[in-house]
Amino acid sequence: MNVNSEKYDENAGKNLLITHAPHIWKGFSVSKIMFIVVAALLFPAAASVYFFGYYSMILIAVSVAAALLTEFIIKKLRKKSYYMDGSVIVTGLLFALTLPPRLPVWMAVIGSAFSIAIAREAFGGLGYNIFNPALAGRAFLSICFSKEMTTWVLPTYFNTDAVTGASPLSESFTYQVDRIEMYKNLLFGNTAGSLGETSALIIMIPGIILLALKIIDWRIPLFCLGTVAAGSFLLGEDVIYQLLAGGLMLGAFFMATDYVTSPVTGNGRIIFAVGTGILIVLFRNFGPMPEGVAFSILIMNGFAPLIDKYVKLRPFGYKGKKKNA
Amino acid sequence: MGILIRKKSKSRGLHLPENKITDYKPIEMLPVPEEVIIPLIQNIGAPCSFTVEKKEEVKTGQKIADSKSFVSAPIHSSISGKIKKISKILNPATGKLMEAATIGSDGEDIWVERNPLYDIEKSQDYIRLMGIMDSLKKDEMLLKIREAGIVGLGGAAFPTHVKLSPPPDKDIDTVILNGCECEPYITADHRILLEYGRQVLAGLYIITRILQPENIYIAIEDNKEDAIDYIKGLLSEMSLDKIFRIVSLPSRYPMGAEKTLIKTVVDRSVPMGGLPMDVGVVVNNVGTAKAIYEAVIEDTPLISKVMTITGEFNNPKNVIARIGTPVSSLVELCGLKDESYNKIIIGGPMMGNILLDSDFPVIKGFNCILAIESRTPRERNCINCGRCVSVCPMNLEPLTYVRNTKNRNTEGLSNYYIQDCIECGLCAYVCPSNIPIVGYIKAGKAMLAGEKKAK
Repeated sequence: MNVNSEKYDENAGKNLLITHAPHIWKGFSVSKIMFIVVAALLFPAAASVYFFGYYSMILIAVSVAAALLTEFIIKKLRKKSYYMDGSVIVTGLLFALTLPPRLPVWMAVIGSAFSIAIAREAFGGLGYNIFNPALAGRAFLSICFSKEMTTWVLPTYFNTDAVTGASPLSESFTYQVDRIEMYKNLLFGNTAGSLGETSALIIMIPGIILLALKIIDWRIPLFCLGTVAAGSFLLGEDVIYQLLAGGLMLGAFFMATDYVTSPVTGNGRIIFAVGTGILIVLFRNFGPMPEGVAFSILIMNGFAPLIDKYVKLRPFGYKGKKKNA
Repeated sequence: MGILIRKKSKSRGLHLPENKITDYKPIEMLPVPEEVIIPLIQNIGAPCSFTVEKKEEVKTGQKIADSKSFVSAPIHSSISGKIKKISKILNPATGKLMEAATIGSDGEDIWVERNPLYDIEKSQDYIRLMGIMDSLKKDEMLLKIREAGIVGLGGAAFPTHVKLSPPPDKDIDTVILNGCECEPYITADHRILLEYGRQVLAGLYIITRILQPENIYIAIEDNKEDAIDYIKGLLSEMSLDKIFRIVSLPSRYPMGAEKTLIKTVVDRSVPMGGLPMDVGVVVNNVGTAKAIYEAVIEDTPLISKVMTITGEFNNPKNVIARIGTPVSSLVELCGLKDESYNKIIIGGPMMGNILLDSDFPVIKGFNCILAIESRTPRERNCINCGRCVSVCPMNLEPLTYVRNTKNRNTEGLSNYYIQDCIECGLCAYVCPSNIPIVGYIKAGKAMLAGEKKAK
C-alpha cells in the first residue's frame, strides 16, 4: 500500500511530504531497542569470558559473525534490501550464551546459521518467525550433537585446563551440604553450565535494567519465575535452587520476552509465562533431560498466535455495548 | 466551588512534547481578505446548497447556503462583495469535488443588519447579561444557534444545535466544556480562554439553559495554569462559581477526545458505538461556546475562526481569520522558514491532514496550520512488541489492523473493533517500526465501509 509520497510545491519551491497523521514520531526505533538489548547481553557475555576464558569470547564472536553473514547472504539471495537493525546481533549473542563452554567452533557456526536461515529468514524475516531463533538453533544442535552439547566444564577463570563437571540439575550433580554456599555459587557463577547461564545475578541485573526501561514486559519474567517457584514448592523441591540453577533466568528475562514470539496483550503474556513455567517444572522433574527451559519456551512460542487469537482486549465501553452495534 | 483536580487519567494515553510556542501570543485580528472561497461542505451531516447566485451582491454575515435537513448548518458570507464564481474544488477530507463560492471583497465589510442584545466588551453589567439570557426561550436560542451556522469547533464540525437537542429519552445531567487542547503546538483554545473567557462562560451559560444539566464542568489541562486561574477569577466575578466547576486534568494526550474526557471527569464509559448522550453527557469545545454567545447575544453568525499558525514559521501566531481566507495567504503572513520544514499540516501534529492545495480556504473545522520537519524513516516489519496495544486509549489492538488491512480481511478488522478507533495516532507515534498504522486503519475502515455498501 502506498502510504507515503512526495509532491512538488510551487510556493515552497521544493518537494513536500504527503503522509498520514501523526506527523511526529517518538523515535524509539527497533534498532535502538535492539542495541539496548545487545548492551544488556554484554553483561553475561563478559561474565562468560571471566568464567570460561578467552575461548568463550571466540565462541560468541563466531556465533554473532555467522548470524550476520547468514542474514546478509539470505537477504541478497531473496533480493531484499539489507538493513542492520541489531536484531540479528541479539539472536547471535543469545544463541552463543546458551552454548556449552567448550563446544567446537564449527558447531557454533552451524547452529548460528540455522537460527537465522531456518528459524528466522525462512519464515519471512524479523517479525514473522514463530519460534525464538536463538533457542531453535540451540535445539537443533542438541539433537545433532547431543554429546558435545551436554559436556560441561567448571569455571576455569583463564586457566587453560578445563575440568569437566556436572551442571546443576543433572543427575550426576551432587548437592552441596552447605546450602547457603551452594546458593552463593549459583548466584555468582561458580558452577558448571552454558556460557551465559552460570551466574543468576549477572543475568538479573541487565534483566532488571530492561524492565526499568520498559523494553521487556514485567509480566513474563515475574509469572514465569513465579510459576516455577510455586511448582517446585508443590513438588517438594528446593525453590531457591530451582530458580537460580540452569537456564531459567536467561530464559525468563531474555528468551521468553522476545516480542515476536510472545503474545501481544498483557493477559496473553501472563498465560504464556505461566505455561512456560509449568512446562519447565514438568521437564525438570519428569523429563528425560536435566533441563527443559529451551524446549518449554519453544513449545509456548508455538501457542503464542493461538493465545493472541483467543485472549483479546475488551475495548473501551465494551460493557454498555449496544446489541446491534 | 473549588477546583476539582484529577491527577490521573482514567484511560490510556501519553504525555507528548507540548511545543506550544505561541501560548503567550495574543490573538491577532486579521484584516478582511480581498477574496474568500467558501466551500459547501463544512460540517458533518447533510451538505448545503447555495441560496445565492453568481454576480449577486452579498453582505458580511449574509446566509449564502442552507439545507432543509436537520443535521446540517447554514453557511454565511464572511465578507461583503460580489460572488465572482461558483466552482468545484477538491475536498481534502473525502478526496471528492465539492462546490465552492468565490467572493470578491468590495473593501467595505458591510454587515447584514444585526440586533445585539448586549455588548460584553463595552459593559460589564453581568447581572443584566444573565437576565437577558434567562429571558430567552430554549427554542429561540436553538434556532439562533442553527441560523448562525455553528458547528463543533474542536475539529469534528458536528452541527451544534443537533448536539444540544438530545432525543427526549436521553436524560442529560452533565455538561463538560472542553478546554483541554491536548494536541501539541495548538494554542487557539488556550488563547480563547484567556482573551474571550467572558464570552465562553456566557456561551456555556446558554448551553446549560438549553440542556438544564445538574453538573457543569469546565475541563482544562494542567499545562494551562494561567487559563485555570483566569477562568476561576471570572467565575466569581460573574457569580457563576456556584454552578460551574473547573476541573484540572493531567496533560495527557488524547485527553480532549470526548470519550477519554468523560471517563476522566465523571468516570463514565461511553458504550462502544454510542454517543456521550448515552451516558447523560454533552461535551462542547470552548470555541463553540464563544460562537454560541456571539450567535445568541450579539446576533453574529460564525464567519471567522481562531487559529494557531505555528511550527517552522518566522513569526508564529494566533489569529482570527475570516472563513474562506486561503491558507496560502495565512502562511505568507507568518513567513515560512526556508529550509527547515517538509510538511504543511492542517490541524495538529497527531491528527492533522497534509495540506494538499495551498489555495484551499479556512473552513469552520480548522484550528491550526502547522509547518513541520518530520523525518520519516522507512516502514519496517511489525515486531509484535505491543507498544501500540499498551498505549491505545480505546483498548484496541492496532497491530491487527495493519495485518488485516494488508490481507484485505474485513472480518478480521471488525473482529478487532476497528470502528471504535478514534484515530488519535498514538499507536503510530510509539511504533518502533515506524508503521503508519493510522493510514492502514483509515484504509481498513474504508474497505469495511465499501463492503457494507456492496451488501
